Amino acid sequence: MSLWSRIANAFRSESLNREIDSELESHLEEARAAGRDLQEVRRAFGSPLRHREQIRDAKLLPWLDSLGADSSFAVRQLKKHKVTSVAAILSLALAIGSCTSAFRIIDAILLRPIPIKNPQNLYATSREGINFSNEFSNFDGSAYPMFQQLRAAVSDQAELIAISYSERMDLAFSSDQAVEKAHIQYVSGNMFAAFGLNPAVGRLFTDSDNLHPRAHPYAVISYDFWSQRFHRDPQVIGKTFHLGDTIFEIIGVSEKDFTGTEPGTVIDIFLPTMMHPSVTRDDSTWHRTFVIVKPGVPREPLRAKLEANSQAFERNRAKSFVGMPQQALENFLNQREVLEPAPQGVSGLQHDNRPALAALAILVSLVLLIACANVANLMTAQASARGREMALRISIGAGRARLIQMVLIESAWVATLAAVIGTLFAAWSAPFVVSLINPPDNPARLILPADGRVLGFGIALTVLVTCVFGLFPALRASAINPSSELKGGDDPHSRRRVMHTLVALQVAFCFLVLFVAGLFVTTFHRLAHLSVGFNPDRLLVLSTATPSPQLAIVWQQIADHLRSVPGVQKSALCDSALLGGNSSNDYISISGGRPIEVLAYFRKISPGWLDEMQIPLLSGRDFLPSDSGPSVAIVNETFAKTYFSGQNPVGKTFERAADEVVVVGLVHDASYRSIRELHLPTVFIPFWQNRSDSEPKLIGDATFIVRTAGDNPLSLAQALRAEVPNARSEFRVSDIRTQLELVQDQTVRERLLATLAFFFAAVALLLASIGLYGVLNYSVLERRREIGIRMAVGAQATDIVRRVTADIFLAILGGAAAGLILGIISARSLQSLFYQVKPTDLAMLALPSLTILAAAALASLPAVLNAVRTDPVQILRTD
Amino acid sequence: MPKPDSLQGSLDLLVLKILSRRPGLHGYALMTAIQDTSGEVLRVEEGSLYPALHRMEEAGWIRAEWITKDSGRRARIYELTATGRKQLASEESRWSSLTAAVNRVLRTA
Repeated sequence: MSLWSRIANAFRSESLNREIDSELESHLEEARAAGRDLQEVRRAFGSPLRHREQIRDAKLLPWLDSLGADSSFAVRQLKKHKVTSVAAILSLALAIGSCTSAFRIIDAILLRPIPIKNPQNLYATSREGINFSNEFSNFDGSAYPMFQQLRAAVSDQAELIAISYSERMDLAFSSDQAVEKAHIQYVSGNMFAAFGLNPAVGRLFTDSDNLHPRAHPYAVISYDFWSQRFHRDPQVIGKTFHLGDTIFEIIGVSEKDFTGTEPGTVIDIFLPTMMHPSVTRDDSTWHRTFVIVKPGVPREPLRAKLEANSQAFERNRAKSFVGMPQQALENFLNQREVLEPAPQGVSGLQHDNRPALAALAILVSLVLLIACANVANLMTAQASARGREMALRISIGAGRARLIQMVLIESAWVATLAAVIGTLFAAWSAPFVVSLINPPDNPARLILPADGRVLGFGIALTVLVTCVFGLFPALRASAINPSSELKGGDDPHSRRRVMHTLVALQVAFCFLVLFVAGLFVTTFHRLAHLSVGFNPDRLLVLSTATPSPQLAIVWQQIADHLRSVPGVQKSALCDSALLGGNSSNDYISISGGRPIEVLAYFRKISPGWLDEMQIPLLSGRDFLPSDSGPSVAIVNETFAKTYFSGQNPVGKTFERAADEVVVVGLVHDASYRSIRELHLPTVFIPFWQNRSDSEPKLIGDATFIVRTAGDNPLSLAQALRAEVPNARSEFRVSDIRTQLELVQDQTVRERLLATLAFFFAAVALLLASIGLYGVLNYSVLERRREIGIRMAVGAQATDIVRRVTADIFLAILGGAAAGLILGIISARSLQSLFYQVKPTDLAMLALPSLTILAAAALASLPAVLNAVRTDPVQILRTD
Repeated sequence: MPKPDSLQGSLDLLVLKILSRRPGLHGYALMTAIQDTSGEVLRVEEGSLYPALHRMEEAGWIRAEWITKDSGRRARIYELTATGRKQLASEESRWSSLTAAVNRVLRTA
């Protein structure tokens, strides 16, 4: 209580003074009434100021009091140098804002534990080893029957939870028939209890809601979905919706902050794993397996037990494998089980963006350092003007610590104001940057709360920044030797040396940022201009589904029907669009040999599809409507190179499992699943083709590709969406995209990196230029007498320019050289983010060098002109 | 060499003791009370009385309030708190053990 009253007293210091004075007054009056001599009493009291000071020290916290005094003095100082202060605060604000928004994004994706009871006990499993493409890889998907086996095997040591990859699916609430999209995740019944989650309304799943395949049509919706879609209506319990061919009933709303285990996706609806269409299949890996380790259970034996069980499961399953090369089979069976801590959940967004986010973090830190160097320079320049003031303060008894405190408080003010503005900037920019990560169709949502973590980061950053740019000027100020300072200083050049060092640092960091930005921009440029092997312009991709699968001929009729829509030029069918994210592969063999260890990639297409995609036919023919049965295929050049050593494969045959396939055509290479990887050996087969041993297949979903006449294909989207059910009433278009979007989505990360890196490069250059301008300007002002004298005795303008700029250009060159070395070193660790860009290319190195030199020349122009225009007569008269 | 009227750090004890007998004294009255009861031997320096009073007030031993006296003058009067009473007891015992010790030395040396 006493501490509190002393803190409170520090804030009512004026009224405290009045109270002390009036008590003194009343004492004097008593003394006079007692007949004493007032003069004598006053003498006995000593100085009233000292008296007041002593009582104040007792009544309040002296350090807090002096802090208050320094703080208001600092504000006066900042107000005195308005332009410098505003420049310092704004440049720092920009840097702090960038840092804060980078932190918010990185925190939300990579660092923040998901809001469950014991995130530190949560682990994720995956299996790593040599995959079918003969590369080392790590995959976290597993099949449900295997999960059930593992769960039972380790039930005394850990709780295993199955959580599917989130899917964005079409559903329709029974209340209003419109089709809408929602993020759906299938979860095992124990998830909610294991995570310690409570229902907001209704109840959550338990294991008894997840016993038998297709027997539990119940759904739990997330609090977020409940708020957005149902405005927190408690009547939501019991509502039903159609998903696929099932009607689900909502039984509860999950706990408020829980949005699933995939940062970047906010789950709308949770369903029991038993309702997943592939729940009984042992060859479909559609969910992740999370592990909550029980207290006191060591990890390694648990991992080994999981590995033994999963390998046993796969060995059992592999007995039925046909057509797999021996080596691939062995690699497959020897996969290692990995158990990794996953307090932050697991998502593709994390995996894909980790290196990019790290690069971003480095870039913003560099920008922050540049801004700090800038402010340090501005403060050092100001400190020179205040050298005499400091010397005077020391002479009349101010302690060093008190001087450090005074200068630091000024820095803290700058940092705090900058942090406030920067936080506002971050509040706008962080969601903006996230919106850049998002493919337009599937807007990933990142929860970006402004909570204690962000506040803590902001405060830590502010303190750090204050120390980085404030501590040095503060120590310098306190180290002043009053007697020499009052005479004019021992070493008038020392301050300039400090400033030049800071300029060199700034240039080095700036070079690094420009260099890395250049690499990112070039990478994006190269990728954006890569040939994909087909023409994506004016193409619409209509993912379509029907609850009751139909024969291929029905699908073909709809494709033909779409051609009659005005504005449609062509229309064809395929199982899934190129670059659309789906791939299907298999081993093949040639003339009865053993399966070849390179996977071939398959795509089912209808006649006319190749022509519509504008993939050129090099030899042979397109499919004909009469090409039925399993026997025909069209292959690409890479396929011919891989399996037929470059010979024309038309007329040749290969085997896929038990089927013999005749190659009827050869086409140009086109990107299959990624524009980045080398072209894959691709096989196109007729859309209606069946394996020889099966009945004519019924198809539940496929993709129409439509080429439009107009330049904006999306203008036809609504008409086509309506036209599909017109052709066959139960068919629904679940998704419409342009093929161009699919191509551009491939470079979302690169575009984001290039955009942000370019922005940071611009900021870094601007800040460094301001810093350079400030330093040169200061040194010209400081040396104006010297310049005046030199001009008076006949120095030429070029001589003056050389003298003023020589040192600083040396600093710039030194900085650029350091930046170059740093750049080449750091580019190595960023290699995975570049595409066909070599950091050591001359062009990559020349660009930042020239940019910095040009900026430096521009920034030094005003100061140089000022120096040359010095009027010696006027200068020498005033001093 | 300390002056004979120096209080040697026992100002707190005296103030607490006097306030325990006569609550509601103001600063000047406290000063004269110490002087009078000590037979003019102990004199409080006016410059150190008030800082000491404010320090004890912050420590929670005494509390103060402003009153207007019959004469129309305003005065800040002090009285002991419960904590102050405990403090007085411990200061008194400290003082008596100190003087007893000094006396022993004087007798035996």
